[in-house]
Amino acid sequence: MDAKSTTYLAGEIRKTALSMVYEAKSSHIGGAFSMADILAVLYEDVLHVDPSEPKMVDRDRLLLSKGHACSALYAVLGLKGFFPMESLASYGQDGSSFLTHISHYIPGVEISAGSLGHGLPIACGLALAAKRKARPWTTFCLMSDGELDEGSNWESFLLAPQLGLDNLVVIIDYNKIQSLGFVKDVIDLEPLIQKFEAFKWEVFTIDGHEIQEIYTTLSSAKAARNGVPKVVIAHTVKGKGVDFMENKLLWHYKSPNATEYQQALGQLD
Amino acid sequence: MRTAFITELIRLAEVDEKIFLVVADLGFSVVEPFAEKFPDRYLNVGIAEQNMAGLAAGLAMEGYSVFIYSIGNFPTLRCMEQIRYDICYHNLPVRIVAVGGGYAYASLGPSHHATEELGMLRIIPNLIVSAPADPYEAAAVTRLMSRHSGPCYIRLGKAGEPVISRVEQPAELRVGQILPIVTREGATAVFSTGSMLKYVTDFLNENGIQASVYSFPFVKPMDKEVLTELFNRYRTIITIEEHQRNGGFGSAILELLHDAIEAGTLIKEPTIKRIAINDTFYSKAGSQDYLRSIAGLTLNLDLFKTEDL
Ligand SMILES: Cc1ncc(C[n+]2csc(CCOP(=O)(O)OP(=O)(O)O)c2C)c(N)n1
Ligand SMILES: [Mg+2]
Repeated sequence: MDAKSTTYLAGEIRKTALSMVYEAKSSHIGGAFSMADILAVLYEDVLHVDPSEPKMVDRDRLLLSKGHACSALYAVLGLKGFFPMESLASYGQDGSSFLTHISHYIPGVEISAGSLGHGLPIACGLALAAKRKARPWTTFCLMSDGELDEGSNWESFLLAPQLGLDNLVVIIDYNKIQSLGFVKDVIDLEPLIQKFEAFKWEVFTIDGHEIQEIYTTLSSAKAARNGVPKVVIAHTVKGKGVDFMENKLLWHYKSPNATEYQQALGQLD
Repeated sequence: MRTAFITELIRLAEVDEKIFLVVADLGFSVVEPFAEKFPDRYLNVGIAEQNMAGLAAGLAMEGYSVFIYSIGNFPTLRCMEQIRYDICYHNLPVRIVAVGGGYAYASLGPSHHATEELGMLRIIPNLIVSAPADPYEAAAVTRLMSRHSGPCYIRLGKAGEPVISRVEQPAELRVGQILPIVTREGATAVFSTGSMLKYVTDFLNENGIQASVYSFPFVKPMDKEVLTELFNRYRTIITIEEHQRNGGFGSAILELLHDAIEAGTLIKEPTIKRIAINDTFYSKAGSQDYLRSIAGLTLNLDLFKTEDL
């Protein structure tokens, strides 16, 4: 693992996502930035994927359940060569396949997601299929914190340990903000570690912006075939990387204007 | 439309202390004034639509007139069984409000295209299904439904729809009321539901077409007497909706036409042409107008009779 190149990739993800959201006048840059470092580590060093063969049978599956933050995933897929970077210019434009919620019509994207609380049940299905077919891949599901309000997730949190899905790694982008306020004020998730432990998951807690820590944790969570599913609680900052976006509810919605765009780009350089 | 809705709801809540608003973590810069004014009659349940619908049923059982609010498919498809069984079977005064009907959230993709819900909801007993066309209809429907003893669904446009000028603008609506927008000499009438109305009136005006236009703020029920009269008056009826063709508004019109034939109340049978989405998901980004156009939700001159032109 080369922390320098991964950090560089994370910066490129943020800049690319920012430009996409700016040009398309779309939303959700805050939640794209909070998971950018995690995506950088996943695509740089953790996921077994091949840009020239996106449907490779034994690839690792990454499901972005918080599909509204798609700009960062499209960005990393483009940067990694799953499709030409130029095609990202059409993001959100008339006729483009780059929908502003993640679309499975884009090479490298496993599922469309835009209604929260759908990723994890599908991930359980993929992980179970790997078990039944004796295939080696790992299924990753990247979720948001607000999304944990949805009951569908908790059905899966109950089921996965029952099925012994040790080939499933859930990552929670715990950026502490959802749509109408702070997570602790809407539905407090704490104590979250204990919840998952009580549900019989192996729990890891990390700083979701520390490249080395993300890498060490995700790679060991992926490697351990010990009969239990893994959940990685990543403490993150919504809007991470641009000071006026950090920890601000407004940047769940707002698209940067020209001045904000330039300022943000400057900070990301 | 969403502003008309929340403004009307606040007005109603000032005099009706049974009104309760529940949201599922949506309504940023819309619901705040309500939440501040009536903190005891407001709740954000979080991103949990099934919980929202079930909880609304409980509140309604205890006498509240409950409005539940979210966007697109989330307050409907995401909690369909709670709607059918908890709310509608118990026949409770819960008003389900969805902002962003049809392709209002066009670029966000099929998760956010509310293009099947009218059909799914209109077959549920006890449920009134409404799709106002403009801020006037939205406010009037909200007012009417706040007094209704049973459940209803209100599909709203996202924002910015203008008030459409019309031949009659009754201060209050009746359930099922069909609203004439413009009546002309021609043999054709366009029946529109929801926010397609603006497009329809603009198209007819721009092309000088002598067709009449009726707005249907209710997909269910519809005033059968008025409808039969319209069936008898026009040779061609074009239905238009931002919804799938199967099971939607146009289908409801066909069913009612057939019911009228069965009942023997028709003097002559009009041709019905349905404009709706042709059983397809559209996975392309773009504006609402762009999505409408690729989905074929457009009028053209060939649809009309020579005497209309
Ligand atoms: C079922 C469902 N309900 C509501 C929404 C609308 N919505 C989009 S993003 C969001 C919440 C954003 O907060 P969070 O889930 O924590 O995501 P992040 O902070 O990572 O952006 C909501 C409620 C949705 N997409 N799906
Ligand atoms: Mg969040």
